[in-house]
Amino acid sequence: MNWLNTVLLILGAFLAVFVECAWETPRQWLGVQVDLLPCLVVYAGLTGETVTLALVTALGALWFDSLSANPLGGSLPALILLGGVVRRYRDLIVQDDLRVQMMLGGAASASAPGITLLFLLSLGYEPLVGWFTLWQVGVMALSGALAAPAVFWTCRFLSRTFSYPQIRESSFRPDRELKRGRH
Amino acid sequence: MLKRPRLIALTILILLVLVLVSLPSRKAAQLKLAMGGFFLPLFGLTSSLRLAGGQAADAVIPRRVLLTQIEQLQRENQSLRFRGQQADELLQENDRLRQYLGIQKQTLWKLKLVRVIGRDPANWWRSVLIDAGSRDGLRPNLPVMVNEGLVGRLGVVGLGQSQVLLVGDPGCLVASLIQDGNLRDHGMLAPGDSLDPRILNLTHLSRNSALKPGQKVVTSGLGGLFPRGIVIGEVVDSRPAEYGLSTEARVKLAANLNHLEEVWVLLLP
Repeated sequence: MNWLNTVLLILGAFLAVFVECAWETPRQWLGVQVDLLPCLVVYAGLTGETVTLALVTALGALWFDSLSANPLGGSLPALILLGGVVRRYRDLIVQDDLRVQMMLGGAASASAPGITLLFLLSLGYEPLVGWFTLWQVGVMALSGALAAPAVFWTCRFLSRTFSYPQIRESSFRPDRELKRGRH
Repeated sequence: MLKRPRLIALTILILLVLVLVSLPSRKAAQLKLAMGGFFLPLFGLTSSLRLAGGQAADAVIPRRVLLTQIEQLQRENQSLRFRGQQADELLQENDRLRQYLGIQKQTLWKLKLVRVIGRDPANWWRSVLIDAGSRDGLRPNLPVMVNEGLVGRLGVVGLGQSQVLLVGDPGCLVASLIQDGNLRDHGMLAPGDSLDPRILNLTHLSRNSALKPGQKVVTSGLGGLFPRGIVIGEVVDSRPAEYGLSTEARVKLAANLNHLEEVWVLLLP
């Protein structure tokens, strides 16, 4: 198992949550805070081991809830569901296609808040929900779609940079070697 | 079918959700603060960077501008001193009259200035984080305000950081009063249905309220959380509610909740 990938993804989740808390510009301009955690969970589901996915999901959700008024664990079911679905069908997903990445990022960023809101409502909490929620989900989906390729590219770049390069299989085959001279 | 490691991971995560959701609120709050503690170094770093940026910006302000500002502030300070003296006299007079009438003496507010370090990352709550906690004398439910008006109340209070539930969050309802001449109508300030966080709903107003745009809304002191008379905002418009049994007004907050950098916490006895 490649622990570096796991550590990088956990660090990414930590920084994503911090940026969402400390960077207020999107909220001031659009009235919505963008969320990068769903994109990271999608990436972890596509490329990581089960342990990596579980750790990124659990720690990301707990950090998110610790800075939010959510009950602790409130955003966990949405991320578990997202990661689980992506992990289940990852062999059928064309990961390198930009449009697929955008669609995955958009769908994940739109569904994560929806599932979390349903979970909170089912627990008896009263989050702020109204017509403006549609705008919020729309902006989150769009921002997720735009951010997903960047997240994928950054994660792959860091993973490539900090890990040993894969040994490529040589095309040399001794049985096909041309031998000169008399035999 | 799910493979064994996936099944184990899924089971652990579901169990984690169940355990966390069923934790007692106090334990959950402690755990939240512990998890939030991971971010303290980063918050400290950003505060230092902001401070350094501010100092760098201050360093390039021309001396003439600074001198003009000092002159203006000195004049303002003098005027405020006179008003302060007048207010002291009025306070003494008020205390004397209260004593004659047998009404309890009013205590002056003690304020603590704190810095806002972060905002709720979830879009369905309205809360901010501040850089002070129980070691600074803060405790849950203390009112929080800025010069313009009410901001909210303290929620979870940690050792060195606390959460402020902003006005407009479902967890921060405010007993309010419309103050306009003889009109004194009580209502409840509740979350609004607008994307603009400054527009909230004032509900449970009496059916025959003579509401007009621009009327001042202040805290009523009912409920015991907020002292009476803190400015909240002003009425924007009104409409009948609950099949005409009551009136509902939209209120524009005096404080701009989108741009909070420093806030005052009222240290009530």
